[in-house]
Amino acid sequence: MKPPAIELSHVTKIYRRYGGRHFATLKSALLQRSLMRDLQPRETFQALEDVSFAVTPGSTIGVIGRNGSGKSTALKLVAGITKPTSGTVSVRGRISALIELGAGFHPEISGRENVFINGIMLGLSKREIQKRFDEIVEFAELTEFIDAPVKTYSSGMYMRLGFSVAIHVDPEILLVDEVLAVGDEGFTHKCLDKFAEFKRRGKTILLVTHSLGLVERFCDEAIWLDSGRKRGEGDPKRVVGAYMTDVERQEEQFLASEDAKAQAESGQPVPSVEGPQAAGDAAADMTRATEGRWGSGGVMITDVALMNDQGQTTHVFHTGEPIRIRLRVHAERPVEDFVFGLGLYNAEAVCIYGTNTDIEEFEAASLSGDADVTLEIDALDLVEGTYKLDVAVHTRDGAPYDYHRLLYTFRVKSRLKDVGIYRPRHRWTFAGQVKFKSKI
Amino acid sequence: MWRNLARLARYRGLIQSLVARELKARYRGSILGFFWSFVNPLLLLSIYTFVFAYILQNNDEKTKPYSVFMFCGLLPWTWFSASLLEASGSLISGGNLIKKVLFPAEVLPIVSVLSNMVHFFLGLLILVGFMIGTGHYPDPGDLIFFPLVVIIQLVFTVGLALILSSLTVHFRDIRDLLANLLTFWFFATPIIYFYRMPSVAHFQWLFNLNPFFHLSVSYQEILFFHDPFTGGHLKLLLIMGAASVFLFLAGYWLFDRLRDSFAEAV
Repeated sequence: MKPPAIELSHVTKIYRRYGGRHFATLKSALLQRSLMRDLQPRETFQALEDVSFAVTPGSTIGVIGRNGSGKSTALKLVAGITKPTSGTVSVRGRISALIELGAGFHPEISGRENVFINGIMLGLSKREIQKRFDEIVEFAELTEFIDAPVKTYSSGMYMRLGFSVAIHVDPEILLVDEVLAVGDEGFTHKCLDKFAEFKRRGKTILLVTHSLGLVERFCDEAIWLDSGRKRGEGDPKRVVGAYMTDVERQEEQFLASEDAKAQAESGQPVPSVEGPQAAGDAAADMTRATEGRWGSGGVMITDVALMNDQGQTTHVFHTGEPIRIRLRVHAERPVEDFVFGLGLYNAEAVCIYGTNTDIEEFEAASLSGDADVTLEIDALDLVEGTYKLDVAVHTRDGAPYDYHRLLYTFRVKSRLKDVGIYRPRHRWTFAGQVKFKSKI
Repeated sequence: MWRNLARLARYRGLIQSLVARELKARYRGSILGFFWSFVNPLLLLSIYTFVFAYILQNNDEKTKPYSVFMFCGLLPWTWFSASLLEASGSLISGGNLIKKVLFPAEVLPIVSVLSNMVHFFLGLLILVGFMIGTGHYPDPGDLIFFPLVVIIQLVFTVGLALILSSLTVHFRDIRDLLANLLTFWFFATPIIYFYRMPSVAHFQWLFNLNPFFHLSVSYQEILFFHDPFTGGHLKLLLIMGAASVFLFLAGYWLFDRLRDSFAEAV
């Protein structure tokens, strides 16, 4: 087995924050003899903690993780821009880091001169640049503008040139930090083709990205970092899956806490009703988007649970999954006039669907003490997004006992990025002279 | 440290092209362009000559023609002070490179010093013009020492630039402090006045402590005065040269020690 191209072993990186340094001037440092002390860190931030991984030569590794999980720090360590606080980083082969594109371009001089200087900074000799110059310029699509000063370039042109120089350094190891957003669709494809070419030629690529799809189809292996620690490593599909599950779990926690907050703020139903008085108002109220809770309190909704098909309470559903909404109600005194209602809204508070037991021709007979009311939806055919829920119990003419307005939030996840609100069940069929490549 | 110093030699090409870029970029977009490298010292010289030869009536026979005398000290001083001012901010303005690219940071202050050295050389052409104009030529025998002074000044300036640039990353006020200090230093150095004046001799020991005193006097003895330099300031200059090498090593050591903090602090 070949020695790894990149090897991190037990790497910890602690960033020192020189707190209060803005006020600690040289004068005070000299007067108080605190020069050496001021050069010591005040606060520390652990960006990576005991991270180890090895990359075999010729493989493509995707590093994923939330913002602030230490991905970029890991990349900078591999690039040698920063040093680990403890542990070792070893790299075998010439590195080119696509971290900051066009860093070191001087705005006043021409693109041509900048290509040379940037190339030299990245470790090429003048002759090597000369040889690749046309290729670099052509790849950046800047043939016309190469002799104009760089300050006249648009940010896209700037980044394309930076990208082009960096990629033509012909590294053995390529480090890429979320730079695929540098150009239009066409340029992005060109970049991906270039990466694929690198891959074919047996170069090692370390890719930091939030584009999970890219990791799944492009990388041989994925590494998942979470708050500076390695959470997963291996088959990209599996690691991405684990990461997605974790993201959902976090979202779930977040939504649950948001719901709890919203409910705590709205408190008990306000006895004198502010809300819809008559059935006619109810419709108008559907479009009003203030959260809250009101009603006479004759019947109380004590608990609302959103459940998946296994009966587990959750706030995150997948498109097409069943959902169960269970209201737990309590009637202080027996009532005979009652209607259970439910409204579904999207994040912009557009009503997607609303119904109640009266509309659906259930005739109320009696309600006393505790009761459970459950609405089951067989398939939640909604596109990805955040949705809110109204639940209510009121009289037949609309006077609310307990009305919960937009107090419950859930999220629908989808692998597909289709748009709109509703996702009708559908399939494509093709006939005749039409062909697609097999799906990724 | 020694390994890094050796590595520095490999960055020749980079330093070279960065200096060229610095010079090209400086006057890009101005109408007179590179010509400013000549005009700037010329204007400075006219002002000083006007003030000190006509307003203040500096009539010491030994320093005549005064404009040539003063220029011999003023040119190296301009190189020195501009280098330090630029170098002290070089790491901060080049922060993008240090943070985002694997880049030997010491290249930045060195480039500041070297690009100002090129301006110094261009200024020398004007000095030659003045010498021809006034008919006051240096002693050709002394001229072989000229490269020596330049090299010593280079080593000295780079050493100081390394110290200042690395400290400025942590203490931004050094830049302001430095600007004031340089004004003081300028007047404390015999550039616009003659170092053999009795009032200077009174403070001789203090002047001896001023490293730039030895440089400016050497320049004046080599380029202006006709007494042989070997009998003049040469010995002190050599001591100063040894001290400069020491300063350079100390500066590099400090820079190397603080190196890892740059990427995080700029």
